[in-house]
Amino acid sequence: MPSLRTYRDRIKSVKSTRKITSAMKMVAASKLRRAQEQAEASQPYAQAMADMLSRVAKNVVINASSSKLLVGTGDDKRHLIVAVTADRGLCGGFNATLVKAVREQVRLLQAEDKEVYLVCVGRKARDLLKRSFGQRIWQSFTGITGKSRVEFVEANQVTQFILEKFEANEFDVCTLAYNKFENVLSQPPVLQQIIPFDLSAEEPVQQDNKKEQSEKVEFEGPKSPYDFEPEEERILNALLPRNIGVQIYRALLDSSAGEQAARMTAMDNATRNAGEMIKDLTLQYNRARQAYITKELIEIISGAEAL
Amino acid sequence: MTDNLLNFELVSPEARLVSEPVKMAVIPGEEGVMGVGVGHASFVVTLKPGVVGLFAEGQDFTKDIPARRIFIAGGFADISEAGCSILAEEAVDVVTFDAAKLEQELSNLNEDLGIAQEETDKARIQAKIAMTTLKLQAVAA
Repeated sequence: MPSLRTYRDRIKSVKSTRKITSAMKMVAASKLRRAQEQAEASQPYAQAMADMLSRVAKNVVINASSSKLLVGTGDDKRHLIVAVTADRGLCGGFNATLVKAVREQVRLLQAEDKEVYLVCVGRKARDLLKRSFGQRIWQSFTGITGKSRVEFVEANQVTQFILEKFEANEFDVCTLAYNKFENVLSQPPVLQQIIPFDLSAEEPVQQDNKKEQSEKVEFEGPKSPYDFEPEEERILNALLPRNIGVQIYRALLDSSAGEQAARMTAMDNATRNAGEMIKDLTLQYNRARQAYITKELIEIISGAEAL
Repeated sequence: MTDNLLNFELVSPEARLVSEPVKMAVIPGEEGVMGVGVGHASFVVTLKPGVVGLFAEGQDFTKDIPARRIFIAGGFADISEAGCSILAEEAVDVVTFDAAKLEQELSNLNEDLGIAQEETDKARIQAKIAMTTLKLQAVAA
């Protein structure tokens, strides 16, 4: 049986672990709030971008000569997957689930005889994917998420890298893999194709009240024809790369909010588990102490009897 | 909304920067500067880097200078009956610019250009120089 001292030390160490996890939970909660605020703040831009895209796209005949970002390269042999995770661990299954989803997708594509390349955003994606797909990783970006805010300029580095590779005709299809922030408890991994960009997929995002209203107005009154300067095609060609930037920025925001939420939940569980562990250990400690006292009593009594 | 004022909005990916009624907004369209007042025809315009001028209510835009001037690094404007909204990736109030600092930056960049070897680096620095020069012009105007 372990000595009383061992129990005391264990209890002490679990108690300090609990202090740390509960502090981390608190920190994650406040960071989550900030991340959510930022995600909200980015909403108007994404909304306006989606509105404008659909408006311009309505006036453009999409054909083979349209921007490659929209119609694709005419091939789907080479796939690029952008895996977005956190830089740090201690957030439950957050990074592992995403990496698992990415791995499955890569295997699936490879089974179909496609070439797959990877771009990692976040240290964990790089570390976890390096082992299985080391040579397939083109580039890793770290230090973008997990800070107090995600800077658009930094998100843009990722966008620029992807666009440059696309310009150089090094891949055909680009998919963004990130954990979508649904609520504090669920951040399921999602795969979103961004190149070629599917305009019809944008529709659900636009189902905002404001949008519906403005559309109604458009239909009731004499429909005002839109004028474009320069021509529609050129605007569309200028809009598309920026839209990719917005999509990536949003994925990063979602991921960074999700990371904090996952960490909060994980740390909450850890704190609770530590509490239970302390309860159990205290019980065992008391039992051991009781046994020790009993043993001493027996020793004294039997010693006295022997006299 | 007052009848003769235009709902002006300026959004960047990080936040909604401006949302206020103005008398007229002067925007640097790629094919020329244009003024947008209330009831302007619906328009989608790409913008080049430059200054967006906002005239407040009661200002005379033939004489006064705009009440608020905002430098944008290019973007798009969407003008509809609901108002005028600008999407810009970078937007800064001109009053916050410091001419001396910008000049310092410009000379630094020129130095960098002299050192730069690779073509891509040069192009990047040249783009920065162009941007800083435009900012300086915005301050001087």
